[in-house]
Amino acid sequence: MPANPPFDDTEDNSNAPGLVASARAGDNAEPFSVSEISAQLKRTVEDRFGFVRIRGELSGVKRAASGHLYASLKDDKARIDAVMWRGSVDRLAFQPEDGLEVVASGKLTTYPGRSNYQIVIERMEVAGEGALLALLEKTKQRLGAEGLFDAERKRRLPLLPRTIGVVTSPTGSVIRDILHRLADRFPSHVMVWPVIVQGKGSAEQVAAAVRGFGAIEPGGALARPDVLIVARGGGSIEDLWGFNEEVVARAIAESPIPVISAVGHETDTTLADFAADTRAPTPTAAAEMAVPVRADLAGWISELGQRQRAATGRTIDLGKERLAARAERLPDSESLLQPYAQRLDELAERLRRGLVDRARTGRERLAGLRLSPAVLEGHLRQARHALAAQRLAPQLVLGPLARRRESLAALARLAEQLHPDKPLARGYVRVMAGDGATLTSAAGARKADLLRLKFADGIVDAVPQGRSPPAAHRPKRAKPSAAGQEDLFG
Amino acid sequence: MADEKPDIAEMSFEDALRALEDVMRKLEGGEVPLDQSIDLYERGEALRAHCQKRLDAAQVRIEKIVTDSEGRATGTVPLDPE
Repeated sequence: MPANPPFDDTEDNSNAPGLVASARAGDNAEPFSVSEISAQLKRTVEDRFGFVRIRGELSGVKRAASGHLYASLKDDKARIDAVMWRGSVDRLAFQPEDGLEVVASGKLTTYPGRSNYQIVIERMEVAGEGALLALLEKTKQRLGAEGLFDAERKRRLPLLPRTIGVVTSPTGSVIRDILHRLADRFPSHVMVWPVIVQGKGSAEQVAAAVRGFGAIEPGGALARPDVLIVARGGGSIEDLWGFNEEVVARAIAESPIPVISAVGHETDTTLADFAADTRAPTPTAAAEMAVPVRADLAGWISELGQRQRAATGRTIDLGKERLAARAERLPDSESLLQPYAQRLDELAERLRRGLVDRARTGRERLAGLRLSPAVLEGHLRQARHALAAQRLAPQLVLGPLARRRESLAALARLAEQLHPDKPLARGYVRVMAGDGATLTSAAGARKADLLRLKFADGIVDAVPQGRSPPAAHRPKRAKPSAAGQEDLFG
Repeated sequence: MADEKPDIAEMSFEDALRALEDVMRKLEGGEVPLDQSIDLYERGEALRAHCQKRLDAAQVRIEKIVTDSEGRATGTVPLDPE
């Protein structure tokens, strides 16, 4: 601060705003810096409003990626910004949304950077049942508009489920009631998916259980339920609130397995009930819807068995009667067969007779064909006659033979007369050469060395005049007479 | 007429019971020829036996689901709710 500000002594403008701010005597308030005043204000606000509860309507609800929740609380005249850190948001028992009247608890603080004040909410609750019901109604309208509660979506429950899935607390009267009633009606396989059914996190657990049952693969190691029961005992609207949460309603509506809901008492209707395929007023009633009474079924099946036997029996009896009625009208078998039997007999007789006849004619023909000696003898006689008729007469041969014989004798006589030596007896001589060849000419005789003169009674050799007898023949032919004689005889 | 005849062993109790009731209606209607009615009766008996078997097999088994860290059902343990 300057000790002597300029112009201060020349004018007294104490009451009028000067151009330049100055410190004066008696001025005990030094000006604050913005930060100072902001800090003071922050302290004051936080001290004074360290814990407040504010009732107001939520507006501009926004959940940041960080998990913090930003919103405003407002009434008809004012609004105050609100922030809820993630840790607190996680403890909320409901989903904050615009228009919901809440009571928020926390402390007021300021945000000096933007000259803001706001409430840091630590707890937030719905402002009374009325507000809660209003919220419920709003959610219901919204989901209903989506078709989540449509009647067409409702599925029929199986008549007799093999496995029943129950989403509820594993302890307490609800599960006991369900199991007892199931056991009374039809002993069944029950799988309980344990959940908390009240307070923070209950909605998420119930939704996860419903989806978890639906995710069990059919035919896997775990039996997949054929029907689900989502149950909770009675309680205040607050107690039941988890079953009014959108996440639960959606899980039930989307469940691939039909769902029976049994939440609270008959008068309480939650969104879970709206979304379910069937709503049961109590857990016990849910068990009754889930399974039939075994004894009733057994009785019905047994009755069906009897009726079916009876009905079939009736049909058979009826058939028997009709058969009998027709059988009576049938001609008896003998009379039906008689003409044929007669005909058969007739034919058999004819066959027999025909065979005998045939045999007889055959025999007769055979007898007729039999060779008799008489026939053979007849044939033989005939043949003999024929042969006899054919016999050669000796005359046929002898005649010609005699003639030929005479001719031959004549020829022989003639030949005898004609024999060249025949004339020898009458004095003729046949002259032959030494070799025996007949000489027929004097010329031939002259050339021959030896002539042989054949007489009728012998041969005489002669030598032509002037020729000497051939040496070779000399000894033999030298003695013409004696030797010749000897030769002739010797 | 019962044209399609699924394998009875594969039928659910409900389907088998409904089929049995159908058989019943036809038999009691009395308009089924005799030989067909005998076939029907045999089928009805098989259906009845199938249903009865299911009833006879009924027994109590109470289990509690065990989940893994991701919330999937991985098995069961016996549950005693008392």
